[in-house]
Amino acid sequence: MADWVALLSFGPDGWGLALLQGAWITLSVAVVTLPFGLALGLAVALAFRSSSPFWRTAATLYTTVFRGLPELLTLYIIYFGIQLLVEHLIKLAGLQSQFSISPFLAGVVALGLVLAAFSAEVWLGAFNALHKGQVEGASALGLGRFQTFRHIVWPQLLRAALPGLGNNWMVLLKETSLVSVITLQDTMFIATRANVVTKEPFLFFGAAACIYLFFSVVSSIGLWALERRSARGFAPVGRQA
Amino acid sequence: MNWCSLPGYWIGFEVLERYGCRLADGFLITLQLVGWSFCLGLLFSLPLALMRLKAPLPVRALLVGYMTVFRGTPLLVQLFLVYYGLGSLRPFWQEMNLWWFFRDPLYCCLFAFTLNTAAYQAEIMRGALQAVPRGLSEAGRALGLSKGVILFRIELPQALMIALRPLGNELIIMVKASALGSLVTLYDLMGATKFAFARSFDLAIYLVAAVVYLALVEAIRRLWAVGERYLTRHLVARA
Amino acid sequence: MKRLLIGSLIAATVLATGVVQSQAQQKDWKEIRIGTEGAYPPFNNLNAKKELEGFEIDYANALCAKMQVKCTWVVQDWDGIIPALLSNKYDVIVAGMNATDERKKRVDFTSVYTRTPISMAGAKSIASTDVSPDALKGKTIGAQASTIHMNFLEAHYKGSTARGYPTQEEANLDLLNGRLDYIVADRLSLEDFIKGKGKDCCKIVADVKRDPTIHGPGVAMAIRKEDTALRDKLNAAIEASQKDGSLDAIGKKWLGFAPIQ
Repeated sequence: MADWVALLSFGPDGWGLALLQGAWITLSVAVVTLPFGLALGLAVALAFRSSSPFWRTAATLYTTVFRGLPELLTLYIIYFGIQLLVEHLIKLAGLQSQFSISPFLAGVVALGLVLAAFSAEVWLGAFNALHKGQVEGASALGLGRFQTFRHIVWPQLLRAALPGLGNNWMVLLKETSLVSVITLQDTMFIATRANVVTKEPFLFFGAAACIYLFFSVVSSIGLWALERRSARGFAPVGRQA
Repeated sequence: MNWCSLPGYWIGFEVLERYGCRLADGFLITLQLVGWSFCLGLLFSLPLALMRLKAPLPVRALLVGYMTVFRGTPLLVQLFLVYYGLGSLRPFWQEMNLWWFFRDPLYCCLFAFTLNTAAYQAEIMRGALQAVPRGLSEAGRALGLSKGVILFRIELPQALMIALRPLGNELIIMVKASALGSLVTLYDLMGATKFAFARSFDLAIYLVAAVVYLALVEAIRRLWAVGERYLTRHLVARA
Repeated sequence: MKRLLIGSLIAATVLATGVVQSQAQQKDWKEIRIGTEGAYPPFNNLNAKKELEGFEIDYANALCAKMQVKCTWVVQDWDGIIPALLSNKYDVIVAGMNATDERKKRVDFTSVYTRTPISMAGAKSIASTDVSPDALKGKTIGAQASTIHMNFLEAHYKGSTARGYPTQEEANLDLLNGRLDYIVADRLSLEDFIKGKGKDCCKIVADVKRDPTIHGPGVAMAIRKEDTALRDKLNAAIEASQKDGSLDAIGKKWLGFAPIQ
């Protein structure tokens, strides 16, 4: 027991600090990915609703690919592939420059692309839940397109999408554990290193599990509060049979 | 020449020709892993969901804990806890005559994946059971039907129909998650691809794996949709 | 939504500009980025303080001092170590990499700076020192994936089960756990394990016979094929370090003897 405390301590042989730094990286990857993935997802959802068959096909293709690929594979392809692609383009353009995609950026891009594919579905559902009469009513009142979106569509869209997006966020938090395989030193990376060095798998993977669990529980409490806030002004809904 | 090296030969992709058979073997392992863990998860999910709803408080609390932990932490952590954690207790498993199980990476994956997917599937089942309108079971009771009949003939069929779609999504998630097996020395499709890549350094082999995974997921999605339409045809007809 | 969109656009731009450093190509090699694995003690290892240490770390730093260049280290996992070199994440690999023909198709190598025996380790209870393919038929042997040791198993030990691990340390752990009957790796790396965590369980069973077509001439630094100037510069520094005895001195400190056997 005393050994375990020492191993988790912040002293020279303890992994406490490293684990905390890892937790910080986990959180940063997730937080940076979120706006990127959600915005891209909204764009994909808009493409789905577009009247142009080109955009609709593109959106279908996009979601099919990024929902179907294992995240681990997406991560490998982005990490090595984008690098080679950009290098190639730079050379084609005749420029001399060094481009290097950091594991952090590769992780954010890969997880963001996946998040976009899944959140597009949620946004789409929210659009469908929006009553057509709302927009018609707004235009009858003489509101402009932006005003309609800002004051009529967006608040309702957000309320309808929030539970689904919250779910996306929980999935994202857990998926960040994959970035450890492209050497980003997140919680999982540190736990893996600590395991091979100290040979204490239960301690370190248990600690990692606690960190993720902590993030998950805090998030679900936060989401619950957020959902209540966005639903204010609505009578509490009973059992929806 | 083996059949599995033919696709590479046809499209003139030497790396695929050389490692095609390994990829095919890996594909079979992926299928086995996903098939078994999903079905076992399904088997456990229903009793778990029922206990989660109806068992006495201590059991319920225990199940809430299990489901929260397994749904709140990454599968990768769970897999490593099983593979390196449980795998480090050799004397104990040998005494229990279970070392053959925890020694094998395939069984370790199966174990971790089943625990994980059972938690998710139990949650799906719970939601579905709760979404069945209460009036149905009340009507059953008014007719004097026994509890078992109400559960198995009235509530469950309805709940399964509601659960069908999220279960399909869960199966697809498992297909994708199975790639994690490659991190504990399993030569599944992902592991075989990494092997081929390490030998050839040709990134295109990852794209081949991507196409195979996509085809698998698409096939499952379509088949599932057909099955769903068949099972809910009475609802579709009315709509 | 606008705010969300604009916010993420800004974030994306900041990130993108953060990584694209349009500096002129360093033709004179005043700065060198070195890639290593950090999981192969005593050659290279990432410790609890997340610092790199080991024979190769000291040796490469000494070469950099000699060449009067600024060296920075990049940690990269083994599976991606050559792709990352090719995609310009760093300029040279110093990670206990053997200069094999298979790898020479993709990268160039400097002169050899380390050549140590390759061995099999196993449980203390193993009495025989026979590690031939026939003797190990039906056994489970572990090695690090994408290494010459794995290739060696694939080529010669067809009757055994070969398991590939992301790092050598994970393979060590599984020998300790009893999942593996043997592991194959550089003798020094195995000794490091057996002196430490593997003290009670395991021993070095025997050296394996080198297969030149698989094992290559020894450990060297890998560079991109087009960087011939860098290769010449490194070769000169390696040669100088052999002449003035600094290679042997650093070798003795970490390995206990001269690195080229």
